[in-house]
Order: sequence, then structure tokens, then C-alpha cells
Amino acid sequence: MILAALNLNFQTLSDAIGLGAIYALMAVGIGLVFGVLRLVNFAYGQLIMAGAYTLAYTSSWPTWVSVVTSFAVVVALSLAMDLVVFRPLRGQSPAVMLVTTFAIAFLLQSVALIVDIRDGTLGEVTAAFSVLNEPVHVLGGDVRKITLVSIAVAAGALLLLALLLAKTTIGLHTRAAAQDFRTARLLGVRANRVIAFAVVLSGLLAAAVAVMMTVSAPFVTPDFALQDTIVVLVGVVVGGIDRLWTATLGGFTIGFAWGVINGLLPTDKTVYLPSAVFTLVIIVLLLRPAGLFTWGRQAAGERV
Amino acid sequence: MAETLLELEGLEVRYGSVPAVRGLGLSVDDGEIVGLIGPNGAGKSTTLHAIMGVVSPYAGEIRLRGRSVRGRAPESIARDGMALVPEGRRIFADFSVEENLRLGLAGRSRHDRLDPLERAYDLFPVLHEFRRRPAGVLSGGQQQQLAIGRALVATPDVLLLDEPSLGLAPLAVDSVFEALRRICDHGVAVLLVEQRALHTVALADRTHVLVGGELQLTLTPADAHDPDKIVSAYLAS
Repeated sequence: MILAALNLNFQTLSDAIGLGAIYALMAVGIGLVFGVLRLVNFAYGQLIMAGAYTLAYTSSWPTWVSVVTSFAVVVALSLAMDLVVFRPLRGQSPAVMLVTTFAIAFLLQSVALIVDIRDGTLGEVTAAFSVLNEPVHVLGGDVRKITLVSIAVAAGALLLLALLLAKTTIGLHTRAAAQDFRTARLLGVRANRVIAFAVVLSGLLAAAVAVMMTVSAPFVTPDFALQDTIVVLVGVVVGGIDRLWTATLGGFTIGFAWGVINGLLPTDKTVYLPSAVFTLVIIVLLLRPAGLFTWGRQAAGERV
Repeated sequence: MAETLLELEGLEVRYGSVPAVRGLGLSVDDGEIVGLIGPNGAGKSTTLHAIMGVVSPYAGEIRLRGRSVRGRAPESIARDGMALVPEGRRIFADFSVEENLRLGLAGRSRHDRLDPLERAYDLFPVLHEFRRRPAGVLSGGQQQQLAIGRALVATPDVLLLDEPSLGLAPLAVDSVFEALRRICDHGVAVLLVEQRALHTVALADRTHVLVGGELQLTLTPADAHDPDKIVSAYLAS
């Protein structure tokens, strides 16, 4: 009844949850690296783009080999980014680090463009999981299979991550480093190891997102996932960047809001979608500048 | 003869062009408690930070068991047998008491048969009692015990303490100083930076007075009954 009043159908709502789930994973990837490096990685979208291109270029291979290759490329690129750029710049001001990630983002985008146009056309097509675009009947409505897969993957990945952080030694060290890196190092926590751990996890999440995004958007171009990354970065700030779980909720919320507003707008008015979402973002930030999901002293608490 | 575990030689630390520590030389032998006292800004904490690799010395040498640790990362020095109880305790308030202690294992330099967490629990039974609680709910004295226990689970050769009595009630201060003696009896050498001069001079085998970054005077426990001597050393600046 509420759905009807809002002129929302079941598929719009489920798609919004699916998009929220993917954005939540991106928010975790961004939040993990921010936690240990105090670095907002603007180049996160280019990791997803690299994963998507890998899927496109290996689309003639067996699906699982293509997916594993994509994961390997994204994780290797994440580690290379840490080794070549982040590590030498560690300890620099947040402004320097942020501008550096801008530079990396545009560099990777340019490299992708050069590689892509070798065949005279811009863009490559992935075909690995097109079957997941088919609808399935759930709870009296039609839902795309990829939506269910996105929700399941996000829930599974978040659960796994929570266990990893709570129950393992490296997880404990990562949480400590995110909260007070200097004290953690004084206790013997190896800085390079926890950063590499966060970077690898972040890369794995980017690769998973690349696989899921290419189902809905199989045409890969150098600006693949660029807008999504900007939206998620905004969502992370709206949720509360100082904590991994508030950042994740922020990512989910902005994805969900994007999906719902998209569903509410008439087809010929979707051009207003970004302005509607970002107006909402400004209102939220004016009302809750520390983060939508941050209360009281939480902002100074545990970050990962 | 007792082995020299920690040795500073001509240590100089500068913040920009401002000298914080000037030509400091001292040693801490096996089984010893060495005190380092002095007025605010004397360079006491800076000395500990230089030893742990948090700040880079401008000149001089820092040796642990005869090997230089100068220029090494804090985690590498921690893993080589040096542990710091930092000023303000720096415990992880959201983590449980046990998680805080487990963090100390990151710097574990020796692996003996004893459960290192049990060692901390033996010394401070209250930590065992509250092991599942968030560390932030402990009292100031208990948090200090946790910070010391966390450093001890690393089984260090040398324990550095930066003003462990800061902000504690008198009873809690006595308990911390008593614990330091027991820690030393267990074979851990201690370098204690403190503002409570008389307490420190009475406890330590030797206490160096640092004024304006320079070593002014060295006191023994016998000098604990002569506060004038300590005061005059402080006023030498």
C-alpha cells in the first residue's frame, strides 16, 4: 500500500536495494583504505574499471578463468598503487594524498583509453554473466537475478569482513592501526602488513563490484564506474567517514536513494536524478555534518 | 657483571632548529630500574620517542644489547625487545581488555612456554576479572595497569614508561610503583620517565635529572631523603 502510494513497484525497490548493496561494497573498499591510510582513494573507480576491462578482454575465456583473472588484475593494481605511490607518500598531508589519487585516477583512465582505442572503437563488451539480467519471480514480484546476487554477495562479504576483523590477529591489528596508528606501531604492529591487508581487501571488493556492475552495464569505457565512485564517496561522507560501518551504511543509503528516486521520477525526467540526490545530500550534511549514522562521541571511536 | 641492555651515547634530538635533547648519555643494565626526571620540556619524553624510533635523532647512538637501533621503524624496535608504556596510556578504549593485551603480542620478542597473557593477569588480577569488558570503562589506575600489562605481554628486555603516574590517585600511584619493582624482579630492565621525583629516586637504582635537554645530575636512592638536592638540580636551568 505504501509502495503504491509512492508509485514504487517491487522491481524498483529491489533494484534500489541491489544498487545499495553494490555501493555498500564500494564504500567498504574506500573506508578500509581510509581507515589505515587516512586517504580518500579517488582512484577506486579505476580499479573497478580495470576489472571490468579485464572481464571484457577475457570474455572468450571460460567464465571462471575470466573472473579469477579480473580479481588478480585488480588486486595486483591495488598493491602496485600502494607500493609505488601511497607508501612513499605516507605521512604527507591529506590534501597531497587526495590530489595524488586524482592523478592516479586520470592516469589509469588515460591508459585505458589508449589500450581501448587500439581497435579503432571506444568501449568493450563483457558477456560473462548476461544470464543474470533475467528476472526471477520472488514474493509475488519480478526481480532481476543480479539484484539477488548483489544482495547475497554484499551480505556475505560484509559478514566475512566482520569476522575477519573481529576474530583474526591481522583484523585486530588493522582495527588498532585504524584507530591509533602510532600506538599500534609502538606495540609492534607492522604498518606495511596492515596497509597491504586493507589494500588487498579493498581490491577484492573492487573486483567483485566490477563483476556485478558489468552484468547491468556490459559496455565498458574508460569512465566506467567513475560516476558511481563519486556518488559512493559522497555517500561515505554522508554516512560518516570516520567509521567503517557508518561509511558502509552511507554507501548503501545513497545507492538505495538513487534507485528509489530514479523509480519515482517519470522516464522523461530522469535527467533530474543527480540534482535531486545531491540536494538531499546537502540537506543531510547541513543537518548532520559529522555523518548521518554518527552519534555523540562515536566519531572519535573505532574506525574499522 | 650485569649486561648493558640499553645504551644512549651523545644523543641529540632537534625539532627544527630547536634542540630538545643535547648530548645525552645513559645506560640501563639487566635487572635495573633507571629513572629519568626533570621539569616540563626537559626532553624526557622526547628521549623515549627517540629510543622507540618515533622521532629521528639528530646525532648520537642508541643501542639495544650492543646493536644500533637508530633509524629503525618503531615496530621493528618493539619486536626486538623494547616496549613503551606511552604517556596518557593510549589504550584502545573500544576494544576489550583482552584485545588490548593481545595487541601487545605483536611486539613479542621471545616465545617461552608461559602464556604471556597469564603473566599480565598474574601481575594485575583485575585485568583478568575485567578481560571481556571494553577497556574504556576501567578506572584510570586500571587503565594504567592495562597499558603496562600490554607492554609486558611482548616479553621485552627493556620496558620504557612515560609518566605512568600521570593523573592517578595516590593509592593507584603506589600500586604502579610497586608493580614496577615486581616487573624488575622478573628480569625486565626499566627506564622510567616521571614527574614524581621523590618516588622515582627512591625506587630506581639510578635516577638522572634532565634539565633543558641535558643531563644535570645522577641521584641514588640515598638521595631520596634529600629533597633539596633534587630541587637545586631542577632549578639549575
